Amino acid sequence: MSTSAPRTLYDKIFDDHIIDRQEDGTCLLYIDRHLVHEVTSPQAFEGLRVAGRRVHAPSKTLAVVDHNVPTTDRRFGIDDPESRIQVETLAENAREFGVEYFNELDKRQGIVHVIGPEQGFTLPGTTIVCGDSHTSTHGAFGALAHGIGTSEVEHVLATQTLIQKKSKNMRVSVDGKLPDGVTAKDVTLAIIGATGTAGGTGYVIEYAGEVFRALSMEGRMTVCNMSIEGGARAGMVAPDETTYAYVKGRPRAPTGAAWDAARRYWDTLRSDEGAFFDKEIRLDGGSLPPIVSWGTSPEDVISVEGLVPDPDLIDDADKRDAKKRALAYMGLVAGTRITDIPVDKVFIGSCTNARIEDLRAAASIVRGYKVREGVSGMIVPGSGLVKLQAEAEGLDAIFKAAGFDWREPGCSMCLAMNADKLGPEERCASTSNRNFEGRQGFKGRTHLVSPAMAAAAAIAGHFVDVRTWPRAG
Amino acid sequence: MDTFTTLTGVAAPLHLVNVDTDMIIPKQYLKTIKRTGLGVGLFSEMRYMEDGSDNPDFVLNKPAYKGAPILIAGDNFGCGSSREHAPWALLDFGIRCVISTSFADIFYNNCFKNGILPIKVTPEQLAALFDDAARGANAKITVDLESQTITGPDGGSISFEVDAFRKHCLLNGLDDIGLTQVKADKIKSFEEKLAEERPWA
Repeated sequence: MSTSAPRTLYDKIFDDHIIDRQEDGTCLLYIDRHLVHEVTSPQAFEGLRVAGRRVHAPSKTLAVVDHNVPTTDRRFGIDDPESRIQVETLAENAREFGVEYFNELDKRQGIVHVIGPEQGFTLPGTTIVCGDSHTSTHGAFGALAHGIGTSEVEHVLATQTLIQKKSKNMRVSVDGKLPDGVTAKDVTLAIIGATGTAGGTGYVIEYAGEVFRALSMEGRMTVCNMSIEGGARAGMVAPDETTYAYVKGRPRAPTGAAWDAARRYWDTLRSDEGAFFDKEIRLDGGSLPPIVSWGTSPEDVISVEGLVPDPDLIDDADKRDAKKRALAYMGLVAGTRITDIPVDKVFIGSCTNARIEDLRAAASIVRGYKVREGVSGMIVPGSGLVKLQAEAEGLDAIFKAAGFDWREPGCSMCLAMNADKLGPEERCASTSNRNFEGRQGFKGRTHLVSPAMAAAAAIAGHFVDVRTWPRAG
Repeated sequence: MDTFTTLTGVAAPLHLVNVDTDMIIPKQYLKTIKRTGLGVGLFSEMRYMEDGSDNPDFVLNKPAYKGAPILIAGDNFGCGSSREHAPWALLDFGIRCVISTSFADIFYNNCFKNGILPIKVTPEQLAALFDDAARGANAKITVDLESQTITGPDGGSISFEVDAFRKHCLLNGLDDIGLTQVKADKIKSFEEKLAEERPWA
């Protein structure tokens, strides 16, 4: 492709990382940043060991434990023997291969997609991978970031490259101004509702428009995080002053002359006028409501003002059967008002919504209230640094006074690999990203919502429209 | 990696859309530090009863489909997480080929790294394959990667698309890392250029 033709943000970053291109379009792509966690890496390190290979660029690799760690006091070790072995294996692999590693007691430890940005490891214009589908989060910085499997983790460790074919370009534009109480989470759920869970398959999404420009980095991360739930390989937002303000001064961010040079390059990272997008989606941000998922796919979403939909109205037989199965699994009846659905548990956490801004949003709802009797609420900060920041702001005191459980950082009940999980048929308002069958525990029922909506559900005992929430000051 | 050339066998029909990786291999099986032995967890929440016995209604437990090396499923197979445990579980269970109208990106990619062939067909072709598969053990199908065809029990044939490079790797059981390391000089010059042009990266 001629470099003078108008290019998208994705085109530019992809082009700038091509080492080699075969005739059939298969490229060898350079990887600037590799994040590693304990669940998808042991087999990759073992592969290196068996083949006598080393880690090609240890300084471009950062390892942390998050999926499998308990969120209770960890000073006395991890009880579950399998979890402990996996955590210890990462520690040993990091030591053996010379990779920097944040262990479960390090205050910088946290969910891999929270700590990358926090440390300034995530930078605009870079290629970032991790053996985790929510690596799309880092696209919020105008980086090309996506999840890979363990064989590819091994490939990146060994060569700092990835064999890739270019995806197609999709632009999702959301203009207008979000109403009070409507957040990045509602935007991303609305987008997936509009495109479907496979609507992004084969694409890299660029999020454009007034709504994304106005969002904080935390909000942009929430949106990019869930790109994968719409099937897209990656999602990205062009870097701007909001991005630079977040990155500047972070431990691994460039400084001095290197910062100035980086800024000049980052300023070129936007889609050119007239750049071609294979698919365009537009939503009006001003008319979006708070959203609640009702089924077992992230595309099963509806306004908080809505009713549980009736699958019998769907023409396609496979789709109708899938939605009937989802309703049966969720224990819901078509026509039920969303605000009449009671909850048993509330989970505020995950790589989607466990950053400081998410905790502030939840605390602003909770302040002065108590968690409804019979409801159990859990707050799991995204990292040790988020936890410390929240405590410095007194947010932990607000949550604890209301009866929430205030936990140590990790992935926790988003995927329920540790002890934090739903029991059969327990219903949860969750700020996480997946409502699949069994995701948060065998036969558990997940409703995806924003942190504010989850907090309000914990107080009320059922879903409520946060736009009308009476704040206790 | 094992080569994939041709495969003949019974195809098990899984009449579900959006089969996600949590369904294929639930999280409790992800605590392993090995690639092998995951077959026991494949589809476990559907495959076993609460007392741990086999669920007789689940397709892979039905006598007609025992040992089926091919799985046929609805749209968007493999959506969700990047866990390569999903193809590892399929492989360990004995499934070498999955046929659907569409696959999630990361899962699709992961299959090729493990000698599993994911095949995309049209909705009409899928419906025909589901019909064939309904005949159980009497209806073996043959997948030929070299000629990119699926041959049904009655001799009818469907051709499918597959990326040329991935096909080459599957047919020959090639290790990606070995292939990439042949390009070590190119990687080195890229890194030198990168150090000059974007040193902060």
